[in-house]
Amino acid sequence: MRIFDPHIHMTSRTTDDYQAMYAAGVRALVEPAFWLGQPRTSPDSFYDYFDALLGWEPFRAAQYGIAHHCAIALNPKEANDPRCAPVLDELPRYLVKDNVVAVGEIGYDSMTPAEDTALAAQLQLAADHELPALVHTPHRDKLAGLRRTLDVVGESALPADRVLVDHLNETTVKEAKDAGCWLGFSVYPDTKMDEDRMVEILRVYGPEKVLVNSAADWGKSDPLKTRKVADAMLAGGFTQDDVDRVLWRNPVAFYGLSRRLVLEPTEPGVLHEGNSILRGGA
Amino acid sequence: MLTIPDTLLARLVPESAAWLDDALHEAVAAPHAPGPRRMPAWELRFAEAGRRCGSPENAEAARVLLLRAARPGPATTVRLFQQGASAERRAVLRALPHLAITPEEGVPLIEDALRTNDTRLVAAAVGPYAAAHLPAHAWRHAVLKCLFTGVPLSVVAGLADRSLGDAELARMLGDFAAERTAAGRSVPDDLRRLLAPTAKES
Repeated sequence: MRIFDPHIHMTSRTTDDYQAMYAAGVRALVEPAFWLGQPRTSPDSFYDYFDALLGWEPFRAAQYGIAHHCAIALNPKEANDPRCAPVLDELPRYLVKDNVVAVGEIGYDSMTPAEDTALAAQLQLAADHELPALVHTPHRDKLAGLRRTLDVVGESALPADRVLVDHLNETTVKEAKDAGCWLGFSVYPDTKMDEDRMVEILRVYGPEKVLVNSAADWGKSDPLKTRKVADAMLAGGFTQDDVDRVLWRNPVAFYGLSRRLVLEPTEPGVLHEGNSILRGGA
Repeated sequence: MLTIPDTLLARLVPESAAWLDDALHEAVAAPHAPGPRRMPAWELRFAEAGRRCGSPENAEAARVLLLRAARPGPATTVRLFQQGASAERRAVLRALPHLAITPEEGVPLIEDALRTNDTRLVAAAVGPYAAAHLPAHAWRHAVLKCLFTGVPLSVVAGLADRSLGDAELARMLGDFAAERTAAGRSVPDDLRRLLAPTAKES
C-alpha cells in the first residue's frame, strides 16, 4: 500500500514517526507552513522556518525513504499580528523554489479583516506562481467560515479546482464539493474527523477529489491516521483501488498541479552508523 | 561564452537542454534583467533548475553553470546562498572557486554549511575553495565532521596535501579512533587510510 499524507507538520515529529510512517506505507508527504504553538514575533522566525521546510526537513525525510514537499504561506492565526505581516512581501522568493508545491496553509482562524487581506493576497500569489492553494477552514464557527472562504476563493484569480479546502466534516463537505474544490479531511484522535466517519463520508460523497490527511503536529495527533483510514476503508468494503485513489492518486493529482512534484526521495541520505539520523557528533 | 559540457548535455532531454541554453545566454547577456517574479530573470532560472533539468545531479550542474555565466558579485552570491533551498546552497558552494569572491566573503558560507548536519551540504562545502581558504582549525574539524557523519573523505578536496604532516589533525584522528574503540565501535576505514600518511611526518 502506498500512502501520500497531503498535510502533516513533520517539524514537530520525531525520527521514530518517520520510521513508523514508512513502515505503514507512507512514501510522500506535504508539510504546509503553519504556526508553532508558540506565537512568532518577527518575520525572521518565519524565514528560518521556511528555510527548514526547504532544507533540513526534506533531508530528514529522505533518511527514511519519504519524499518531502512543502507549502509556504503566512498562516491565518499569525496574519493577525502586525509584527508578522511583512512576511507577505517576502513570500514570492519562496514560491519559486522547486520543493514548494502549493501556497498554504491559508484561510480563516477568527475571521478578522487582517485574515481577509492575507487570504485574498495569498490566493493571488498562488495564481501568479501557477501553484494550487491549501486552504484551512476554521475550527470555531466552521460552517460560516467555510462559506466566507468559498466566497473569497470565488472572487479570486485562482480557479476552485486548484484549491484544496481542508479540515472538512459532515457539515461542510457538500458546499465545498458543490463549489468545485478539492476536499481535505483531517483525521485526529479526538477532534476533527475519525476513521469511521471518514469511511461514511466516502460512502455518501464518493472518492472523487477527496484527500485524507493526519495533520499531525505538536498537539495530540497521530501520523499513522492515513493508514488507519485506509484499513477502515478496506474493512468497510472499499477496494484496494479506492484506497489507492484516495490515499495516493488524489494527492498526487492535486499537488501535481504545481508541476513540481517529485515522488522519489531523490536526495540520497547518508545514515550515521547505519541506523540513525545524523548528529554530527558535536 | 559558456556552453553546456557534453557530459551534461548527454543527460538532458532536449527540452531541458534548450531551457538551459536559453538560461545561460540570458545570464551572460543580461544578468540584471528583471524577470517575471520580482527578481532578475536568471535568478528565477537558478531557483527552478530542479524542475527543469530532470535530476538533482543535472540541476546542480546547471546551477553551477548559471552562476559562472551570470558572474554575480559577492553580495548577490552571499544572498543566493543565504536565501537558497539546500540544492541552491550546494550549487553556490561548488561554484565558489569560479566566482569573484574574497575569502573574507566566501569562507563564512563554507563555515555556515559545515555547521549544518545535512551531509549533502557538508560534502559540497569541503571542495577546492575550502582546501584553498579554510583556516587550519576549521579545516581539521571539517575533516572530522565528514568522518562523524559518514561523508566519504574522497570528496574532501586537497586532502592528501593539506593533511600531510599535520600533527594536530593526526592527534584528533587518533583520539577519535580511541574513542570509537573504547565504545566498542568500529573505526571508519577512511580514518585508518588518512591516519597513516598524516602521521608519517609528525
